[in-house]
Amino acid sequence: MTARRWVQIAAPISLLALWQIAVSTRLLNPGLFPPPTAIFENFIAYARSGELAVNAYWTLSRLLVGLLIGGIPGTLLGLAMGMNGWVRAYFGPVIALLYPIPKIAILPLFYFLFGTGEAAKWAAIAVGVFFLMAINTEAGVRQIETIYLDVARAYRIRPGSFFFRVLLPGALPNIYAGVKLSIGIGIVLAVAAEYQLTRVGLGFAIFNAQQILDVERLYAALVAVSLLGFGLSAILDLLEARVMPWRAHRTDERSVSGNQAAKV
Amino acid sequence: MASIGVEHLTKRYPNGTVALDDVNLEIADNEFVAIVGPSGCGKSTLLRIMAGLDAATEGRVVVEGAVSKKPELPSATVFQEASLFPWMRVDENVAFAFDSLGVPRDEIARRVRDVLGLVGLGGYERAWPHELSGGMKQRAAVARAFVTDPPVLYMDEPFGALDEQTRVGLANELMRLWERSPKTVVFVTHGIEEAVTLADRVVVLSARPGSVKEIVPIAFPRPRDAVALRGDPAFGVHVVRLWELLR
Repeated sequence: MTARRWVQIAAPISLLALWQIAVSTRLLNPGLFPPPTAIFENFIAYARSGELAVNAYWTLSRLLVGLLIGGIPGTLLGLAMGMNGWVRAYFGPVIALLYPIPKIAILPLFYFLFGTGEAAKWAAIAVGVFFLMAINTEAGVRQIETIYLDVARAYRIRPGSFFFRVLLPGALPNIYAGVKLSIGIGIVLAVAAEYQLTRVGLGFAIFNAQQILDVERLYAALVAVSLLGFGLSAILDLLEARVMPWRAHRTDERSVSGNQAAKV
Repeated sequence: MASIGVEHLTKRYPNGTVALDDVNLEIADNEFVAIVGPSGCGKSTLLRIMAGLDAATEGRVVVEGAVSKKPELPSATVFQEASLFPWMRVDENVAFAFDSLGVPRDEIARRVRDVLGLVGLGGYERAWPHELSGGMKQRAAVARAFVTDPPVLYMDEPFGALDEQTRVGLANELMRLWERSPKTVVFVTHGIEEAVTLADRVVVLSARPGSVKEIVPIAFPRPRDAVALRGDPAFGVHVVRLWELLR
């Protein structure tokens, strides 16, 4: 293991240790900030009872449905906007106007439109993801170097091949970054949507713990949300070299810091 | 089989700049023509218009050739910059030239393998472009241009970004390929010696707006060798003549 890997592991552990010390020395109020050891115990009990798995399953499945129904149209619109100036002229300002609207604030609108069942929750996640994917994909298409478009024209590349073998792989690094961001936003939206009109999901668990003032369970559920997001982005990081094998050398040699953060 | 006629070609940009002013040029079938000129004279613009990548404001480019029965591209283009798709392996990049031609898969594979062998990239079929040196990347780009055996080849300063030794080596390889499968070549370069080495005729463009200033025939017998040619007194005479025309 490299020295950097050790730093990565040490970071959360050291912060947790600081927290533990702050609570045991009464610097932090244990009523509001239970010690990490107590949260850990509660988390284990939460997992053993089977509730954690059920809640995580519901949140994860809502997230995945929302990612698909929002992400695919968002990616397609982003591709169209990147390729065609007219599409960009029409949708660009609309997206810029709608993107900052907090989806949580318009959740009642989704209930009105899609009923009080699952569909409204999917819609809330999907809408958030849609904008992110459209914006990232458009940027991805527009950063494809002109030379590749020249080559495609010079060699009379067919429209289908152009789409699947030039446009899509050319924009893929940005699309992939968009998916990573979408997972983060999607989890936030899924958990928020679970505050209402459901009895399952990590969001409901958080809401319920707040209602009955079970602070340790509240934190245990927050830990579950955090681990869910962490796990999903870890999977995406692992898959990245397989999805974009021509870029594998970049992540090896360069540190992820400047280069990728700047793109996001 | 293709001869090219450039007729009264003018390129004006919307801001009023005239890049090319009434360019006229006749290029014979299987002729190797080099185009040189002061930087900014519009030689790359001329090539891009000939290759169908840019539109002319006035005038036209006429390509005449026997109608071929085999599926082929009307022309292929080699660019100065790294133009291999980074997301395709070397053999996929070369095979991509067949995209619109409907050639059977196994024949594509055979021809890709053959041409990569000819440009000295045998064994690098499955490499990614980023794993190749600058010279190897341009060899692969030349392979992509030759693999479908088109009647016309446009080359836009293809070796311009390479060091001198690599350039001379690639000039020799290009001539070997061209002798094996003759085609009409239009080769834009800022290298005077490179133009004299390769071409049957060197077209000298004037400074902006570009127009044909002079056409210098280079009568060295073929096959030529890029290194041996430099010892020929006539080589130096041509080079000096071209330098003077470019002043």
